[in-house]
Amino acid sequence: MQSFTTLTSTFIPVPFNDVDTDQIIPAEYLKVTSKDGLVEGLFQRWRYRPDGTPDPAFPLNQPEYQGAQILLAGDNFGCGSSREHAPWALQGWGFKAIISTSFADIFRNNALKNGLLPVAVDAETHEQLLEMSTESPQLQLTIDLATQMVTLPGGRTTTFPIDHFSKTCLLEGLDQLGYLLKQAERIAEYEQAMGK
Amino acid sequence: MNQVKTLFEKIWDTHVVVDEPGSPSVLYIDLHLVHEVTSPQAFTGLRAKGLKVRRPDRTVATMDHSTPTKSLSIDLSDMMAANQLRQLETNCAEFGIPLYGMDSPERGIVHVMGPELGLTQPGMTIVCGDSHTSTHGAFGSLAFGIGTSEVEHVLATQCLLQTRPRTFNVHYTGQLRTGVTAKDMILALIARIGIGGGTGHVFEYTGEAVRSLSMEARMTLCNMSIEGGGRAGMIAPDDTTFEFVAGRPFAPKGAAWDKTVAHWRTLPTDEGATYDREITIDVAVLEPMITYGTNPGMGVAISQPIPDPAQEADTTRRSSLEKALGYMDLRPGQPLLGHKVDVVFLGSCTNSRITDLRQAADLLRGRKIADNVRMLVVPGSEQVRRQAEAEGLDRIFREAGAEWRFAGCSMCIAMNGDELQPGQYAVSTSNRNFEGRQGKGGRTFLASPLTAVASAVNGTITDPRSFL
Ligand code: SF4
Repeated sequence: MQSFTTLTSTFIPVPFNDVDTDQIIPAEYLKVTSKDGLVEGLFQRWRYRPDGTPDPAFPLNQPEYQGAQILLAGDNFGCGSSREHAPWALQGWGFKAIISTSFADIFRNNALKNGLLPVAVDAETHEQLLEMSTESPQLQLTIDLATQMVTLPGGRTTTFPIDHFSKTCLLEGLDQLGYLLKQAERIAEYEQAMGK
Repeated sequence: MNQVKTLFEKIWDTHVVVDEPGSPSVLYIDLHLVHEVTSPQAFTGLRAKGLKVRRPDRTVATMDHSTPTKSLSIDLSDMMAANQLRQLETNCAEFGIPLYGMDSPERGIVHVMGPELGLTQPGMTIVCGDSHTSTHGAFGSLAFGIGTSEVEHVLATQCLLQTRPRTFNVHYTGQLRTGVTAKDMILALIARIGIGGGTGHVFEYTGEAVRSLSMEARMTLCNMSIEGGGRAGMIAPDDTTFEFVAGRPFAPKGAAWDKTVAHWRTLPTDEGATYDREITIDVAVLEPMITYGTNPGMGVAISQPIPDPAQEADTTRRSSLEKALGYMDLRPGQPLLGHKVDVVFLGSCTNSRITDLRQAADLLRGRKIADNVRMLVVPGSEQVRRQAEAEGLDRIFREAGAEWRFAGCSMCIAMNGDELQPGQYAVSTSNRNFEGRQGKGGRTFLASPLTAVASAVNGTITDPRSFL
């Protein structure tokens, strides 16, 4: 897994609430056997019009937002299906972090396991960021994982929560499976003791 | 002294293998269910790291999401789906995992098949790379969906890293009225708490209304826990549970059965144990529920009008509602009853079990579906299909004008070609009405099998109680 320390970038607003993983990547793109090429399906229903041409109204299609590595999403982002294709597709686009007011449980887990950082901020900060992103798409913000701090354009800072374990794994780029594999003996003891 | 505990706490506490400060708990998984869509990259990961599957005997695979329903031949799938299905065959063969493939008479949607085979049992921890794994909680197990990285974790170590969720008691009082079902109970909960309402929590469904439900209805209830944001949903096991499990292929037998049931009887939440959150819902006043929007929380009693965004004080909620009604092409304040329906889908891990099909067929007997409606009936498993055929239910569906298919997820997820056309309206017994979920541009009303059948007959959204 790629490590995450700090990130300074512009941010793209996709501010709808309750964006489900079917919107992040529709099921027709789930027939793959690898993690590659999923970016084609990212927000497919919103990126393209029914005739297949890009919808210029959708922020991901707008030139001023190209190159942004942070997605500014709405509340309860990533609800619905457990498909890990959602974070894979977002990473395929180049996103390294997602800022929202809250995330659905499974999406949050999946994102953290892939080095895609979910950053939950308070509603006021979120609203401020939204305004900034629509009015001045060139503005940048900084996310620092070690201090769990977001520095907004203009210098105001706010903190975000993350569990200690995920944070360590992200900072050091460690795959969580490594930790589990180290427990092999304890797992065998448990199986023995519980008759499993 | 014995501490009082909830059902969830009892299962969690006996499955924690390691609990180190600063790390999530290492939780042991008793049963891992695998399907074609969320597993290929996990097997690739194992191969790349030179790892084996730790407990193939606790792992079971099936094919359901992208399988054809018009035949049992993978060759009829599109190339990518066929490739993925074959990949599952290869992976299972290489890693020694039992697979209920296309030729298996027991194959089915993973959440229908597990309970049917008796794999799902009270007190277990169960995971699958699928969010509706919550279904298995109906047996008093802790069952939840995981992502593909976690699928790899469980394959390699039979364990998962988990932080302990909080508990949420959903207490259903009273008795359901005729024409109102478990599907309406869960849609009512989600409409009440919203689709993020249970985030970070495990629901336990309690109360007399839950006790009197059949196992199939309990599975419907637990199935949609994820639609309320819950990590899992559970129901304490009782005699209804034990009767269902008894005699199934993987159920304990003989003396082991008695011993196991005695243990299962200790699982229900202790008197005096508390939950982090609670809600009470009186089912006696419930009507059939239906969704009007693009997430499962946008639901109302079927006699109610479509909500008006102008009445919504919160601006983001107002814009979500406007966006949803725009997609659905519905007018605020209009009744849902009488709205045109193009397709009716009876199926999915929510409502495709034998009791669902019996209920639907009973209502359909002697009736015909409207000329303008296409109705698809897709049993949840091959066992359900054969049982239904033995009872003549398939004839009732066919004679009424519906299509009768082989088992699979089908139009719930629209991966196999069973899909809505842009703009079409469907009444669906599945669990998700997200934009395009049942086909690009398709519009979904989620409802019970009874509402689905009544709507198929009239060709418009219909209260099933008008048929009873
Ligand atoms: S029936 Fe639908 S919700 Fe259930 S497992 Fe299949 S695709 Fe998922």
